[in-house]
Amino acid sequence: MRDVALIGGGLTPFGELWEKSLADLVAEAGIAAIMDAGIEGEDIEALYIGGMSAGRFVGQEHLGSLAAEVSGLSELHIPATRVEAACASGSLALHNGYLAVASGMYDVVVVGGAEKMTDVAGTEATNILASAANREWEAFFGATFPGLYALMARYHMHKYGTTREQLAEVAVKNHYNGTLNPKAQYRREVSVEDVLGSTMVADPLHLLDCSPITDGAGAVVISSMDRAEEFTDEPVRIAASETVADSISLSERSRFDGIPAAMTASRRAYNRAGVSPADIDVAEVHDCFTIAEIMAIEDLGFVDKGKGGSAVDDGLTTLDGELPVNTSGGLKSKGHPVGATGIAQIHELMLQLRGQADRRQVDDAALGLTHNVGGSGGTAVIHILEAI
Amino acid sequence: MWRGDGAAIAAGLMVYEKTVPGLDEDTTTISVEAARRAVRLSGIDAQDIGALYVGSESHPYAVKPTATIVAEAIQATPDLTAADYEFACKAGTAAMQNCLALVRADMITCGMAIGADVSQAAPGDALEYAAAAGGAAFILGRDNLIAEVNHTLSFTTDTPDFWRREGEPYPGHGGRFTGKPAYFRHVTAATKRMMEEMGTSPDDYDYAVFHQPNGKFPSRVARKLGFTKEQIEEGLLCPYIGNTYSGSTPLGLSAVLDVAEAGDRILATSYGSGAGSDSFDITVTDAIEGYERNNIRKMMENREYLDYGLYMKHRGEFA
Amino acid sequence: MGVPRYWREIPQRYNLIGTKCEACGQVYFPPRSMCPECRRASVGNMEEYQLKGSGVVESYTVIYAPPPHFEHEEPYVIALIKMDEDTYLTGQIVDVSPDEVSIGMHVESCFRRIYQDGKAGAIHYGYKFKPVG
Repeated sequence: MRDVALIGGGLTPFGELWEKSLADLVAEAGIAAIMDAGIEGEDIEALYIGGMSAGRFVGQEHLGSLAAEVSGLSELHIPATRVEAACASGSLALHNGYLAVASGMYDVVVVGGAEKMTDVAGTEATNILASAANREWEAFFGATFPGLYALMARYHMHKYGTTREQLAEVAVKNHYNGTLNPKAQYRREVSVEDVLGSTMVADPLHLLDCSPITDGAGAVVISSMDRAEEFTDEPVRIAASETVADSISLSERSRFDGIPAAMTASRRAYNRAGVSPADIDVAEVHDCFTIAEIMAIEDLGFVDKGKGGSAVDDGLTTLDGELPVNTSGGLKSKGHPVGATGIAQIHELMLQLRGQADRRQVDDAALGLTHNVGGSGGTAVIHILEAI
Repeated sequence: MWRGDGAAIAAGLMVYEKTVPGLDEDTTTISVEAARRAVRLSGIDAQDIGALYVGSESHPYAVKPTATIVAEAIQATPDLTAADYEFACKAGTAAMQNCLALVRADMITCGMAIGADVSQAAPGDALEYAAAAGGAAFILGRDNLIAEVNHTLSFTTDTPDFWRREGEPYPGHGGRFTGKPAYFRHVTAATKRMMEEMGTSPDDYDYAVFHQPNGKFPSRVARKLGFTKEQIEEGLLCPYIGNTYSGSTPLGLSAVLDVAEAGDRILATSYGSGAGSDSFDITVTDAIEGYERNNIRKMMENREYLDYGLYMKHRGEFA
Repeated sequence: MGVPRYWREIPQRYNLIGTKCEACGQVYFPPRSMCPECRRASVGNMEEYQLKGSGVVESYTVIYAPPPHFEHEEPYVIALIKMDEDTYLTGQIVDVSPDEVSIGMHVESCFRRIYQDGKAGAIHYGYKFKPVG
């Protein structure tokens, strides 16, 4: 297996992008990534695109072919593959692109992720997102996506004493970071009072504990490490790319106070990269709901299980804390266009490791980790990136 | 909420409280709950049920029987016959008569008859004061009887006192016409003929149950027929649960069976608008002594009150 | 939901029919065609098994933002329930005020209307749970 590097990337703004269609978003992100990587169309040997539910959001399937068309590459007759794992689609697409390059099959691959969520009404979007859960045995009875995370939140609060205020502080931190990210959907700060005073969605999760409905797309270009220098003098090495599938139903998991798939995938990723949690300088984790970030920093081994709440209290994960988490603003304030999220996380780390994160820059960031989860924990994808 | 003196109306109708269905309840769920209790308390094997009939005026489907859903939910399928009955408030007792007939004809060993409703009435209409939700299930068979049906008969005419057209949410009715020519005529005629054919008089019975659209009608008909207040007391639930339409007489009978002793004799006469009455002469057997009672009055104690707005939500007005 | 999809799951939704692995005795609900513990040994060795309907609340939430078809019932309680047979499932808890629900509460199943496909569509019935006693 060869070493693989990120040689470029691009992101559309995230938000309610009324004027842009799914195709527009895919093209914009793809073109930006290709330009950033400085590659020619002819260099591209394969496309991977992550998207959760274009079929239901905009009635469009066959995304690989759509991506080939709008990026102007359809005449090159290259392979294009759509990858889906609910909210982990973007990272899983990268994992597959990574395997294609690492195996020696291709040298240069473009991986993108996109979701167009605002062409349907909010309640319909919620209904579509519920297909990340078990439709027959969870959604059928009225369980919603926030509801499933709320079950984990209450369980975590009951078992470890995690408080609503600690959950809210995750949102506060991420919103602050979002004000520094020009691409973020929400660029205004919120207070703990704002969060706790916002409408209840699924007790104990309030509206401001939940990531929003967002349009957006991202793309990255990867190449074999030995060819990376042809294209860029700032390659970022993919030190590990691990994915794990667990049960789709929350009720079938081995534990409810964390996401076992993330625990296993991260352990394997650390092994493969030859590093430990303490070596990570910056992380982008899947804060679809505030509780998810608290569980994530435990699952990833940054703090002991149950200590996520107090770690947030202590400021461990703020921009100037010991281990900044979600410098991009996280899903919470940057936005969560489902299929694009995994790629956006990679893009943020790429900026951090290249020293291009501007006002969000973490000093001397050399090793980063992304944590992307599908559904209530049915899939987890972990990437570890290393500055060269 | 509507104009009118609530307390005076309550006293006039002798209905002080009424039941309201839960947001997720309907005639089918109520029937299933009653049916499951009946199976559990009687100890029968549901697979032995050869017929299952549900009588109601609020079947959730106009076409697709409630009875098959109930049969599936109590695991009585597939070897049985099933159908839904409609005869305004006496659909449940009509179902009972037909199960009895099938048992006596040796076509089945036991059958289940259910009377249940989530009664409809237009907001502000006089009916609304009493329209309520409830149901009861009976298993009729040959063996292990807790009560014997000595005789059953009916009195039926075309009397348009109360009706509901297909597709209409609320019934129409003839106001005071629902009294003497309707309820009183049929209940009285059926009960009188029952006592003639059985050679009995009111004091031969320990209990009497009459259809209860409100508390006044059954009290008045009882008095006219020569039954005492004490005889109808146990079976008179309406003042506190309201008019459960097809559940009315079945629930009254069930309340009597909650307290009856071996040898007690019961007369029960239902009434369904349109119109007709089914009368039953019943003797309680020794087997009642060991039978676990439903204890309806205890169920009635477990209640929560709703204001009118929440009540309307429960009635499905805003669905 | 298409009617065949609903119909197929009637034994589960009405009567909590799960499966039991004859090799190790573990009960599963929803039913499984194969036991994750015994795997190969359980193929062809799974029997139908009806759950008692009794369980304990492992965690719960109150839904204030319902999906389509559930608007009428908002707010309602969704819980993760550990059944007596040592298998977990997800369902609503009804007939109790949301602030009286607690982790560790004993519940029993009941038959209720889950939702309907609009006024002209099919009605979907199934299990919910209510406090015991």
